[in-house]
Amino acid sequence: MNKAGERFLNGLIKENPTFVLMLGMCPTMAVTTSCINAVGMGLSTTVVLILSNMVISALRKVIPDKVRIPAFIVIIASFVTIVEMLMKGYLPDLYSALGIYIPLIVVNCIILGRAEAYAYKSPVFPSMFDGIGMGLGFTLGLTCIGAVRELIGAGQIFGLQVMPSSYEPVTLFILAPGAFFVLAVLVAVQNKVRAGKNTDKAVGSCGSSCQTCSVAGCGGHFYEAEKTTAKEDKS
Amino acid sequence: MTELLLIAIGSALVNNVVLSQFLGLCPFLGVSKKVETATGMGAAVIFVITLSSAVTGAIYQFILEPLDLKYLQTIVFILVIAALVQFVEMFLKKSMPALYQALGVYLPLITTNCAVLGVALTNVQKSYGILSGVVNGLATSVGFTISITILAGLREKMEYNDVPKAFQGMPIVLVTAGLMAIAFFGFSGLL
Repeated sequence: MNKAGERFLNGLIKENPTFVLMLGMCPTMAVTTSCINAVGMGLSTTVVLILSNMVISALRKVIPDKVRIPAFIVIIASFVTIVEMLMKGYLPDLYSALGIYIPLIVVNCIILGRAEAYAYKSPVFPSMFDGIGMGLGFTLGLTCIGAVRELIGAGQIFGLQVMPSSYEPVTLFILAPGAFFVLAVLVAVQNKVRAGKNTDKAVGSCGSSCQTCSVAGCGGHFYEAEKTTAKEDKS
Repeated sequence: MTELLLIAIGSALVNNVVLSQFLGLCPFLGVSKKVETATGMGAAVIFVITLSSAVTGAIYQFILEPLDLKYLQTIVFILVIAALVQFVEMFLKKSMPALYQALGVYLPLITTNCAVLGVALTNVQKSYGILSGVVNGLATSVGFTISITILAGLREKMEYNDVPKAFQGMPIVLVTAGLMAIAFFGFSGLL
């Protein structure tokens, strides 16, 4: 039970996928135009993550090592399709707001990353809590970004008017560039906080974190390769 | 013909895949340190996306649609793309070693570039035929190459700038990308 709680907090805070690991950036920036969208995306990713983590960890002794990535992808894609169909049936508004990003959950590095880094090596129960923690951490990250963008860009949070009516919304923030700016500031703040704690940690970039999904995801191998070449250049 | 041209301009510039749709952000931010690597990645992406939009378009039109299996599209597309990338890699290694050398590292990374799956799904969503799908794929990937190359150029110049400490690394790149996105908004009057 203790282990489960630890996994849960690990995903939610210590290794928060959005702010700490910087994984799954595409949906993060695309759907955070409002809090509702952000929560919808976060929760559907959470559902897929929990289910895929459980199934992958239950099948971890059956899946041969060599074909594990294609196997993971098939499992994840099946759950994404199920979520997509349920959402189309029961939440058509949200479905049309999130559009193409629902099927794109398949290629979200968080899910494949957790499958590879945790679920494939661990029993079902902790894997489930790992999925819950990571998923809620992702939802939390998305909602924070969504809240900032919605507040500045439309003067609302969850569709409720927060700012006084004299406030002129900065529409730029719910458009594409706003996503880049908000994320930039959030990462800068995080760098600042971290710099206070320990100075020798690498600043910002995806580098160290994406390695969890190295084989599959957003290219840990490559970042590593780029790092080493950079070092060679220097020497 | 005009329709194809409109699709091409629309997806290369107006709805730029990275700067307005946020697909393929990982390589966009990760592989844009040098112009050389950025163009390499761009070339690999053009190659794979164009090919995959042709293949997925054909599979959708001739297999999934007649058999009424449309709901399997996500699973089928991602597997086809993964297999295609593997196949392209093997084919290039065997028959065009020079090109393989040039694209080498980038090819396997492309499987999970969400732009590839994104284009395949957009083609279905907008019910493009195979030809318009290929044009859309080609234009989208050209748009990707344009933006990643520009960003790489900017980052090379930025090496010598005095960036505030907290903004060093990823944040300043994100700010740059945001400014580029604003600039690309200028194209929206084009159509």
